[in-house]
Amino acid sequence: MTEVLVGTRKGLFVLDGQPGSTFDITARFFEGETVDYAMRDPRSGRVFAAVTSPFYGPRIWYADDLSGEWEPARGVALPKGGDDALRRIWVIAPADEGTTLWAGGDPGVLFESRDDGATWALNRALWEHPTRPQWRPDSGGLSVHSIAPWPGHPERLAIGISAAGIWLTDDGGATWRHGNAGIVADYLPEDARAGAIDLCVHHLERAPAQPERLFMQFHGGVYRSDDAGETWTDIAAGLPSNFGFPVVVDPADPDSAYVIPVTAGDRVVPDGRVLVWETRDAGATWTPHGEGLPQEDAYLQVLRQAFAGTGEGRDLELYFGANSGEVFGSGDAGQTWSTVARRLPPIASVRADRRA
Amino acid sequence: MAIVRLRGPLEKLAGGPEHECEGTTVSEVLQALEREHTALEGWILDERGVIRRHINVFVSAEPATADTAVGTDDRIEILPAISGG
Repeated sequence: MTEVLVGTRKGLFVLDGQPGSTFDITARFFEGETVDYAMRDPRSGRVFAAVTSPFYGPRIWYADDLSGEWEPARGVALPKGGDDALRRIWVIAPADEGTTLWAGGDPGVLFESRDDGATWALNRALWEHPTRPQWRPDSGGLSVHSIAPWPGHPERLAIGISAAGIWLTDDGGATWRHGNAGIVADYLPEDARAGAIDLCVHHLERAPAQPERLFMQFHGGVYRSDDAGETWTDIAAGLPSNFGFPVVVDPADPDSAYVIPVTAGDRVVPDGRVLVWETRDAGATWTPHGEGLPQEDAYLQVLRQAFAGTGEGRDLELYFGANSGEVFGSGDAGQTWSTVARRLPPIASVRADRRA
Repeated sequence: MAIVRLRGPLEKLAGGPEHECEGTTVSEVLQALEREHTALEGWILDERGVIRRHINVFVSAEPATADTAVGTDDRIEILPAISGG
């Protein structure tokens, strides 16, 4: 049985089912509120939801049992009395062991919890970074939306910020430095690109089997880093568009990545066809997979948090949700697909967890 | 002291619908409410101390802002705004 947590404009949907079948909607929470992200921590089993209430603001909620009560986490806020307020939580990421989690949000903030997500503290080094006055939001805000922990080394993190580039820490967030070398922002004038920090990262994923390797979907470019995010190489050649939002990797194969390109202009899948593109050679070549996916008259978009996997290798399951309210899934590492759910509200996030 | 009336999740967080709070303005009263009921922190006022955009405040049935004066006999209602889609 696989559990898929789907964050939508109108609440959190819990789907349960077997790969290759239509899943059952087994629960819905936070009706009427935007659930920007939801995930189950594989260590504790605790489920987290980043909810932006139209009335009461953004908040992280958690539940140890989906048949029980949700609790609001404490400390997910900016310093009181300042000039800004938290607008949204974009992502929640656990370390691979222990009780540490991180959460990223808008305006360009990172929170850390050391007690399984019950209480959180703002990362002051990033909040007070001297370059912050130069950071610029994109249309979605100034967002820490990608957090890539390093397995076995919780002090090493890479994060992605729209639109302030890639940031790296080797000391648990006490200090931060850029990891932007090689990224080309073709939305800037050519003579303004060198050293630019207003870099619109769309999503970042680390290959856990080779942690020095990262894949990144950029605002015009798909990139790979082989040196832990210090430098980047464009690997978009062969894709129908270098624009898109999510990236997923097969945890067993550091040469693997999956992307769902959309056109840069209208940001829907090209030619009315939904295709997931896979590389198994670190981006040298790309293979499209569309069997079981809509292949005509499709004009949907998949957001950066709305594509996820569970398992690995041949048993890798993949799931993605669209702004059309459909969820598609694959039980064979993306070779074939089926519709898992339809007619949900516009989907912001999808996370999957194979359950015993 | 003025009485603050809460509904929905705010009522649950504060442990009841009505609360007496000190203050001469809406802002002062809401800050006092937060101090008395820390679980409400961030729900009505954001980190800047600003009333959240889609929360409406009424003082004795009149629409109010953070600076509206509050008397000891006033009743302050906190309501979600008409919004959404």
